[in-house]
Amino acid sequence: MAIARAALLISPELCIGCRGCQTACKSWNQLPGQKTKNTGTVQNPPDLTPSLFNMIRYVEMPSDKDVMRWLFVSRRCMHCGDAGCMKICPAPGALYRTKEGAVAFNKEKCIGCKLCVVGCPFDVPRYDEKDKISKCHLCFDRIAEGLPPACAKTCPTGAIKYGERDSLLGLAKKAGYTKVYGESDLEGLGSIYAFKDAPKLYGLNEKPAIPETVVFWHKVLKPLAYIGLGGVAAASILHYVAFGPHKESEEEEKKNG
Amino acid sequence: MTNHWVDIKNADVILVMGANPAENHPISMKWVMRAREKGAKLIVVDPRFTRTAAKADLYAPMRSGTDIAFLGGMIKYILDNNLYFKDYVVNYTHASFLVNPDFKGPGQLNGLFSGYDEKTRKYDKKTWSLQMDENGLPKKDPTLKDPNCVFQLLKKHYSRYTLDKVSSITGTPKETLQEVYKLFASTGKPDRAGTELYAMGWTQHTVGTQNIRAMCIVQLLLGNMGIAGGGINALRGESNVQGGTDFGLLFHILPGYNPVPSASLTDLKAYIDKFTPKTKDPKSVNWWGNRPKYITSYLKAIYGKAATKENDFGYSWLPKLDEGMNASWLMLFDQMFKGKFEGFFAWGQNPACSGANAGKVRKALSKLKWMVNVNLFDNETGSFWRGPEMNPKEIQTEVFQLPACSSVEKEGSLSNSSRLAQWRYKAIEPIGESMPDSEMMNELYFRVKKLYQKQGGKFPAPIVNLTWDYGEKGPDGKIKHVDIHLVAREVNGYYLEDLFDKKVDPPKQLGEKGQLMTNFVTLQADGTTSCGNWIYSGSYTQKDDKIINMMARRGKDDPTGLGLFSGWAWAWPVNRRIIYNRASVDLKGNPWDPKRAVIKWNPDKLDPLTKKTAPGWDGDVPDGPAPPMADEKGGKYPFIMRADGMGALFGPGLADGPFPEHYEALECPLQENLMSKQKINPAVKLFYEKGSGLPEDIFFSCDIRYPYVATTYRVSEHWQTGVMTRHVPWQLEMQPQMFVEMSKELAREKGIKDGDKVNVSSGRGKLWAIAIVTDRFKPFKVAGSTIHQVGMPWHFGWQYPEDGSGGESANLLTPTIGDANTMIPESKAFMVNVEKA
Repeated sequence: MAIARAALLISPELCIGCRGCQTACKSWNQLPGQKTKNTGTVQNPPDLTPSLFNMIRYVEMPSDKDVMRWLFVSRRCMHCGDAGCMKICPAPGALYRTKEGAVAFNKEKCIGCKLCVVGCPFDVPRYDEKDKISKCHLCFDRIAEGLPPACAKTCPTGAIKYGERDSLLGLAKKAGYTKVYGESDLEGLGSIYAFKDAPKLYGLNEKPAIPETVVFWHKVLKPLAYIGLGGVAAASILHYVAFGPHKESEEEEKKNG
Repeated sequence: MTNHWVDIKNADVILVMGANPAENHPISMKWVMRAREKGAKLIVVDPRFTRTAAKADLYAPMRSGTDIAFLGGMIKYILDNNLYFKDYVVNYTHASFLVNPDFKGPGQLNGLFSGYDEKTRKYDKKTWSLQMDENGLPKKDPTLKDPNCVFQLLKKHYSRYTLDKVSSITGTPKETLQEVYKLFASTGKPDRAGTELYAMGWTQHTVGTQNIRAMCIVQLLLGNMGIAGGGINALRGESNVQGGTDFGLLFHILPGYNPVPSASLTDLKAYIDKFTPKTKDPKSVNWWGNRPKYITSYLKAIYGKAATKENDFGYSWLPKLDEGMNASWLMLFDQMFKGKFEGFFAWGQNPACSGANAGKVRKALSKLKWMVNVNLFDNETGSFWRGPEMNPKEIQTEVFQLPACSSVEKEGSLSNSSRLAQWRYKAIEPIGESMPDSEMMNELYFRVKKLYQKQGGKFPAPIVNLTWDYGEKGPDGKIKHVDIHLVAREVNGYYLEDLFDKKVDPPKQLGEKGQLMTNFVTLQADGTTSCGNWIYSGSYTQKDDKIINMMARRGKDDPTGLGLFSGWAWAWPVNRRIIYNRASVDLKGNPWDPKRAVIKWNPDKLDPLTKKTAPGWDGDVPDGPAPPMADEKGGKYPFIMRADGMGALFGPGLADGPFPEHYEALECPLQENLMSKQKINPAVKLFYEKGSGLPEDIFFSCDIRYPYVATTYRVSEHWQTGVMTRHVPWQLEMQPQMFVEMSKELAREKGIKDGDKVNVSSGRGKLWAIAIVTDRFKPFKVAGSTIHQVGMPWHFGWQYPEDGSGGESANLLTPTIGDANTMIPESKAFMVNVEKA
């Protein structure tokens, strides 16, 4: 029996910015706290890291005429229906889709090529100290047991809701959101947003798309590569296509040496 | 809280003023959002644009410390526009009561009420009295027209709080004031409910008590007390601080809000005479008339068999305050600083960071001979001797550290803001050598008792006579381990003799010797009942032979749909979820708002046992079973805790006036109080005056060295002084360092950029902080000039993180000054300077 696709409905209007979700995620996934500095904002760490799968972005919107606004936006993997990361990943099984529709990963199969970074329209994948992918996996281990993801479980106001994607869409529509972000883009996102205003105010692209190079790889090179080459070699070809020669790692080697 | 957390969902308008629930009580926002989903409006009044303000339908900025001006304007608006709930005001408040004609207010006396004595900084309250008729009943004018009636005096008092005046004091634009007033006053109709949520933003001022009083007046005028979705709701800052107050952890009250006796009350009779209010009005329940039962049963609970009628039930063993003595926080540390204490138990607290003027507190600790620090972690208090500006070689204080186990490592009850006592269970065994607090007290008690028994000592009776029957005794007579259930039962109380209701014939048995009390209604003043805390009587009770821990109940039924959840745990008193609920119905007992009926008089109610008609109340547990007020035989007034049974628009009980009046904070940016010639609250105790006092207690008002208003607060990511949260790397990752928030305008003036390290200083101390330059802070236009305000959290301390990257406590800057009634320190409004480091 097919399982209905699950999703997170994120409603910034309900979010109070308490960041219970950030802590709950770290607690469930046993991610370490990192040494940070206050950089003159509430938002911390500034962006996702290998040990920060979800975060709240704090957006201040001053206004000369009206009272200012302060938006709290949950940022994490979007679990795209058409996932650029999965498309480009040359290592079979490193990124996979769970039966609920989450984009999960298997670190043992990850080859550390970082191509998924290029493939992601939302700049989500991060790499840990062992050079393995690290990101939100929708608490695949919890949802498989019928439990909501840790972030949704802890959210006090229902700003992060977990459930069947279709019913969440219905819920958002019922609440008056005629357009739900991620409803159909990239074959529908797994993290959908009820935005009151244009997505760009909340730091998201109006039209998210997978980079052209990734599409090229997926359609042309990847099938070819699998015929004659192993994953690592294929990855380096693609790496060349996507980034050009291996500068980054050379520099890193110099630094480390 | 008069109401409870879930009840917030029933409100039409929610005013958050003096609180920041989104950051400090995040779960409460669940109910705020539920209310908003149904169309309720959220108003946030705050000096800064908080995470709660981000959710508001209407946000009003207000200069810190000007709440009374803001609310005084609201009272005037309600009265001027006839927006008050007339039936409620006339019948349920003492609006119609006549006041002593000699009473004068600040409008007549340059900011003072009649009876002020400048030397003692105290009021003689003789003129703040109500007029009585020949039968000893209050004189009234139900038309509310008599110039001496409370209503007219209220009107006169707040006539001075004009929009212009209020706006120039608070810095709130006039239009915004009007919008707030209009929206909140819309709840003055029977079918509208408005609630208020406050926390330390109201209490921590020299006018803290009067801030809350001002709102009480608003809520009484609008008929919002006692109803679902109404009330005045104190959001408690700690999970069990409601329990702490209920159980007398403050210096002036015993458990159950019985006053601590003073030395001049030499026997129980004198105590009872002084603290038992009287009324000649048969319609007044005057619940505190039961005081003799509660104090006697308390003495029986703590001294057991040793408490006899002959020895006044051991009354003389109770600790007494010297006449006029104030033993509040500021006074304790002042005395400690002056070397008046030998030892100190810092139990579950961190005064080196939490205490106002923390620098003085730290010095005070160095004057001690010994200190016991009981906590989960070592903290800035336990390690004060190796802290900044301390020379361990010169400090003689011997410090003992006792590791306490955390709340999940022990069983017991917890009382939240809703007055809800909820039983919780031990999840894991205590780690290492840590122990529950009760076990430490057990060890301590038996050791001290043994010493008294062996060596005598000055006053052994209070210790050796204490009951301590909390479990199995070992061969040495010591309780091996404290069974916390037995403590809970002692709190609930016991029938010490068979008790009969002798008014009926034949006498009906009410209780059996040795049984747990049913509830406080059957407590006695003759020593035949015991009760550790009368308001908790009924929390751990007995039906026939079955003992029931009411706090452990987990019923999820909500028949009214109002979210009372009467079967979930147990709320004091007698499981009442909304107090003053007799004011939610009209004089005949019908709810003002049938859609939100908290209680309703049911003349056809059936007794569940006899199946006979026995008129009574439906819904929540009513404030007493008496029939509604209009009932000629047994009708009662709604506000049962007050001797006159009425909502107190006039409050002669307070130290600083029967009506709230605006005064500036001790440290403020203005030369003058725009409201009157009296600049600060005339009844506060000054620790430093006219150049005399400790240099530690110095303050600077309107001084160019400290030109900016400062306030302190908490953020979601940390808790209190951060002793628990700074040790959690996840929390520290989000809020790693001390910061100071300021406006872009101030930052520009001072050449400070977002993320810069700056120094913040006050007359008491200095610390570094990271600047958060934000549009959420805006300068205020006050009395024609621009006033800047900055804000800081008080979660940090030098000890942890160990590399010193966290910074210091904002309380190094706060002044030694307290509220005129409670002495809670004024940490929400004081003056600082900010400079780029």
